[in-house]
Amino acid sequence: MEKTGKMSMIGLTLLLSVHIMSGFGHCDASTAGPEVAGSLAWWVWPVILLGVTFVMGVAAVLGGVGGGVLFVPIISGFFPFHLDFVRGAGLLVALAGALAAGPGLLKMNLASLRLAIPVALIASSFAIVGAMLGLALPTNVVQTALGATILGICVLMLTSKKSDVPDVPKADPISSVLRIYGVYQEASTGEVIDWKIHRTWQGLVLFIVIGVMAGMFGLGAGWANVPVLNLLMGAPLKISVATSKFLLSITDTSAAWIYMNQGCVIPMMVVPSLLGIMAGSFVGVRLLKVAKPGMVRWIVIGMLGFAGLKALSKGLGF
Amino acid sequence: MTQQTRKSVEAGPEQILYATFLERGMLLGLGLLIVTFLIYVSGIVKPYVPVTEIQNYWSLSVSQYLHKANVHPGWGWVHLVGYADFLNFIGIALLAGITILCFLAIIPTLWRNNDRLYAILSLLEVIILSVAASGILGSGGH
Repeated sequence: MEKTGKMSMIGLTLLLSVHIMSGFGHCDASTAGPEVAGSLAWWVWPVILLGVTFVMGVAAVLGGVGGGVLFVPIISGFFPFHLDFVRGAGLLVALAGALAAGPGLLKMNLASLRLAIPVALIASSFAIVGAMLGLALPTNVVQTALGATILGICVLMLTSKKSDVPDVPKADPISSVLRIYGVYQEASTGEVIDWKIHRTWQGLVLFIVIGVMAGMFGLGAGWANVPVLNLLMGAPLKISVATSKFLLSITDTSAAWIYMNQGCVIPMMVVPSLLGIMAGSFVGVRLLKVAKPGMVRWIVIGMLGFAGLKALSKGLGF
Repeated sequence: MTQQTRKSVEAGPEQILYATFLERGMLLGLGLLIVTFLIYVSGIVKPYVPVTEIQNYWSLSVSQYLHKANVHPGWGWVHLVGYADFLNFIGIALLAGITILCFLAIIPTLWRNNDRLYAILSLLEVIILSVAASGILGSGGH
């Protein structure tokens, strides 16, 4: 009974946030912008941002997605901030999450530095290209492409499968030369799992696309990293998830510098977002014990779909 | 990285070194960010853009913002670090720069362990991230 009550609260909170955010839609930059913003006290939007990113942090943990992928479409769709600053803040939000998780994952040997370094070299180089491209293109084009990408991510979340320990009969020549393999102990069973990867060049080619998208839209790219590392390259799911999270700390660093150097960082937006997401993630981890991740995942997909459609409509001027 | 450590359940020495640098830099950057933001919102130090006016800028494109607020992009913030809003950039820059330091830290370990290929790949990563950080790829919005 108590559990049901808590679950209802979580669901209601998330639904309420979507409802509130749909109300913010009337206050977006393209329609109201400075006039509406100017009628409010200076601290109102940062406080709302702190509250919404807190809910996002909870939802991200329970829904199994990164904070960055929720942040950019929702904040750009429903807040009076220009997409340039939202993408800058989004990258820093994703970066901070990755930096916070990285040390623990590396020390536990779940994130593999040997797997991450070659992949990061490709992804971070092309994240720079993506960031420069995203800042050079007209805002409505980027917003439309962002909407389409977010809807694509929804489809990916609905359809993608996962494999705990994929079958990799033989390491390919590239991964053998790079000596990308390892051992980890599955905490739940105590089993020691020996892993290696294959299809390395195909994976590296896909990380070109992932890097460009991460830089262009200011999204964390965990939604794309994990399927490529796990399903294509054959890394175990835990290694893929942990390495993906760590990888974001490198990919997002390169893109974040491009946005910073272009002037796309406003501390009054960045700091409340960062603190909100981190506090929400902290609470979300504790709620995991009582929440039904499956149900929350559906809510997250719904929120993303809604934000994706909003980004599309803003980009296309509907 | 030796054969023995590679096949161990434990993380290799360069991975532990990287994690240690990352952890310290992240904690320092985050701490600085919180302290400088408290200074900013408390009004102890004067900001470059008054907090009451900031909402007139965040709905503009970045080029309009830079022009109207007379902010210089790239590393121009260093000259404005005496203002409360730009003081926050110290923590942000540390969070964005710590990865470069982590890679620099592991290169000697990789080289000593005869893992020259990964030492070179790490050096390349340092170069890529440093180029991105330098601002030579362009600054100043669109």
